[in-house]
Amino acid sequence: MSVFKDAGHLFRFAGLFVIAFLIFLVVRHYVVPKSFGQYGHYRGAAIGEIASHPIKFAGHQACEDCHTDIVDVKTKGKHAHVNCEACHGALANHAADPTSVTPVKPDTAVLCARCHTASAAKPKNFPQVDPVDHANGVPCETCHNPHSPAIGADVAAGGAK
Amino acid sequence: MNLSRRHFLVLLPAAAVAWESVLAGTPEASPNYTMSDHWWGMLIDIPKCIGCGNCVRACQTENDVPDGFFRTWVERYHRTDWHLENPEVISPDGGKEGFPAVKEGGEGEYFFVPKMCNHCADSPCTQVCPVGATFISPDGVVLIDPKYCLGCAYCVQACPYGCRYVHPEKKVADKCTLCYHRITKGLTTACCEACPTGARQLADLKNPRDPIHEFLKTHSVQVLKPQMSTGAKAFYNGLDGSVR
Repeated sequence: MSVFKDAGHLFRFAGLFVIAFLIFLVVRHYVVPKSFGQYGHYRGAAIGEIASHPIKFAGHQACEDCHTDIVDVKTKGKHAHVNCEACHGALANHAADPTSVTPVKPDTAVLCARCHTASAAKPKNFPQVDPVDHANGVPCETCHNPHSPAIGADVAAGGAK
Repeated sequence: MNLSRRHFLVLLPAAAVAWESVLAGTPEASPNYTMSDHWWGMLIDIPKCIGCGNCVRACQTENDVPDGFFRTWVERYHRTDWHLENPEVISPDGGKEGFPAVKEGGEGEYFFVPKMCNHCADSPCTQVCPVGATFISPDGVVLIDPKYCLGCAYCVQACPYGCRYVHPEKKVADKCTLCYHRITKGLTTACCEACPTGARQLADLKNPRDPIHEFLKTHSVQVLKPQMSTGAKAFYNGLDGSVR
């Protein structure tokens, strides 16, 4: 082929490029993680690593599977749509091991006030009270069952803790 | 050597592409969760928010967020008739322990705005990352690969919503993962789980039975900073025009 006549120096030069490119590919093979580029310009395995973090909130379904008596009371009351862990806190440990991990009963003086303390900034239709004016130090659960807070509602629902 | 120069040049990129696919490997099989079946977002119903701070505390518990940093936080807006464009905004400790009381009959309007990562479909934060450490996953969640992040904080500056921070101990960028470790297990996010009024609702835009579709049709729903075309997927119901 007359085109490549006297072109040996070009092939040697091209050979250097090819060798450099192969070295680049070998280095790249070991340096770049296997899953990089699996879904895009990032390490695909990172998604699985993030998804494998442990959970701390068990989710209301886990609570409701065991505490059916509370569910019966709660579903009839005004707190029907308040999830268990909104008040009781993160309890995935308890759900995983109910006997050795026992949750602490929340303090209603703090808990109820957190949502129901009156403030003009809150939505108008949300039930709000001035805790001092309303109870004057009497614990909320003296009159209200937190699971079904309307007074007397828990009696109608069959009574519960 | 029978290979012509033309053929050699044609084959070179083809070989490179073939090598790329070898390196990429095969995707991992996920038994119960298919990423392509989901496209996650969040619905935030402002008229329902009471500013209790449950979401902020739940998020910090669930994700070990260090004190003074927030993946979600609640702002209280005070908009008077004289300063429609410049409302007074407070967020003491992210609203974690609630807000100072407001007496009835004061001037202007008060309302709470929960903030979090908007999980933008075309996010500026993922575009500026120089090393491919932050990305939007195939199911629409903006995530950070902590092993790849250099901590350069470009993304912290790029986020128009101020949703990112550099973790004080890990020295890498950190942000809301939309509780990716929960939603892939069929649970809702920690903030949604802890919200007592249902002001936050996780939404799967690819699920035709998700109530989000009906809600978007029947309510006046906006996203933050729509003029930036970020494709934000945190949908705000009842958003006041003064919210930035």
